[in-house]
Amino acid sequence: MSRIDVRKTYKLYIGGAFPRSESGRSYVVNDAKGRLLANAAQASRKDARDAVVAARAAFGGWSGRTAYNRAQVVYRIAEVLEGRREQFEAEIRAAEGVTPARARASVDAAIDRLVWYAGWADKITQVVGNANPVAGPFFNLSTPEPSGVIAVVAPRGSLLGLVSVVAPLIVTGNTVVVIAREDNPLTAITLGEVMATSDLPGGVVNVLTGSQAEIAPWLASHMDVNGIDLTGVEDDELATELEVAAADNLKRVRRPAPDTDWLVEPGLDRMTQFLETKTVWHPIGV
Amino acid sequence: MTPTPSSTASSPSATGVFDDVVRSESSLRRFLHGLPGVDQVGCEARAAGLATRSIKTTSKAYAIDLAIRMVDLTTLEGQDTHGKVRALASKAMRPDPADPTCPATAAVCVYPDMVATAKQTLGESGVHVAAVATAFPSGRAAMDIKLADTRDAVEAGADEIDMVIDRGAFLSGRYLDVYEEIAQVKEACGDAHLKVIFETGELQTYDNVRRASWLAMMAGGHFIKTSTGKVQPAATLPVTLIMLEAVRDFREQTGQMVGVKPAGGIKTTKDAIKYLVMVNEICGDDWLDPDWFRFGASTLLNDLLMQRTKMTTGRYSGPDYFTLD
Repeated sequence: MSRIDVRKTYKLYIGGAFPRSESGRSYVVNDAKGRLLANAAQASRKDARDAVVAARAAFGGWSGRTAYNRAQVVYRIAEVLEGRREQFEAEIRAAEGVTPARARASVDAAIDRLVWYAGWADKITQVVGNANPVAGPFFNLSTPEPSGVIAVVAPRGSLLGLVSVVAPLIVTGNTVVVIAREDNPLTAITLGEVMATSDLPGGVVNVLTGSQAEIAPWLASHMDVNGIDLTGVEDDELATELEVAAADNLKRVRRPAPDTDWLVEPGLDRMTQFLETKTVWHPIGV
Repeated sequence: MTPTPSSTASSPSATGVFDDVVRSESSLRRFLHGLPGVDQVGCEARAAGLATRSIKTTSKAYAIDLAIRMVDLTTLEGQDTHGKVRALASKAMRPDPADPTCPATAAVCVYPDMVATAKQTLGESGVHVAAVATAFPSGRAAMDIKLADTRDAVEAGADEIDMVIDRGAFLSGRYLDVYEEIAQVKEACGDAHLKVIFETGELQTYDNVRRASWLAMMAGGHFIKTSTGKVQPAATLPVTLIMLEAVRDFREQTGQMVGVKPAGGIKTTKDAIKYLVMVNEICGDDWLDPDWFRFGASTLLNDLLMQRTKMTTGRYSGPDYFTLD
């Protein structure tokens, strides 16, 4: 007797849980050869709203953790990803139609990227913070603080691209709402499963699957979102529209860069872009 | 308070219709226990069913403004200061300073010692001052203290008094004591409106909620209110449904309208709209008015304002743009 197929339902990842879209919609995701791969949830603006609420709720606790502990958690994501590498390799091969070697290299790079960023958690302050010289008997110290809730439009490269935009944000204490690639969203949800089991508190990373053009404008204009990373936006008109919408509450905006080569070692700018500088004066002596 | 012997005549009922009922402890018990029992499953299913209605666009805008006008903006903390009450009163008059079309709330609700401060800030704005009296929230004090508490608040300028019933007396079946208490506090209120708090979270059964509703209405309460907000569960949809049915039936019998105020635990616009749908379905639109339906809330107002801003600007708003209290 043959077994019944146990197929996976790809849902959203919001607040540490995996809900279906509030709209009840889903859409077909095809593999590289155009055959049905799975159905993915098609998130609506209300799912985006819920994700922002979850991210905001998680922000206090996550940004309040020590940098050392955030490093441990991000490193843990790398550990768990390592343990599930076969699954990711298979998903990447199916979705992108690449060779096994390319898929393996992609997963390797993603894991290495997580480890690299994890190491930065408790070092970024030393690099971009400063003890400022002032003309008076004061210590004057500038330290970086996370901006808050950041919306991210994920680029191509289902795993490495996603890790490369999310890891630098969470390692500094931000919480994120990420819109996965519309044509290739499944790996993002599987990565959500990894995060859900990596001691990453619910709500720190929220993953939406669905139409970029539908969801992104709501996040861009959302007054409770502090920054938006447009890396994965390929349509110039949409990018302009999003930048204009983001101006209302002076969000920090990272401009589109869809053709980035993710295998190159990144600089610090993905971390520093969404940091605020806090400067304190402290009397010397006595 | 000394228990009233069941043989002596008690205060006449507010409308005169129920004079026979409140004549003695036994007649009152007969009446209250003769009220039809509440079908718990049916009641909860009906409340849940009404909560699924979808209210959108213009109806939603209307509902949000109505809900803002129905809010009794409340601060009942040991840590309340005059400054906080003044800030709250300012917010009640102009909930969204950025938008002059935003209506004022119905009232601010404070402890009696804060009434004068609230009154001073509110002035002639039309926003009422409600004071919780009678040893709120437990109601455990001697009768003369409760009455003095009430008179103090009224003298200080309270337009509305929120009293708590003696749940101990109610649960042990001394209904006439509770009745007398409400009637006496009402007398002490003078011109101020009286809201009677049942603390439904302590009444154990839906049948008790129905009995308490009738008892308070017969004793002359202008409003019946679910909870103090200090006990969980506070206001719930099924409990409010039972109270709405009671005021509807009371009007059928006596021609008098009584208001309903759910309080505690109503935090989101979605919740508030569910209550409004229920009011409309159970009682009709006569009750869709701040004179007859109120929300006792503190955090609800900010969510209403955020939703209101979302409807006018077309983008989601955030808590950063509204005052914390």
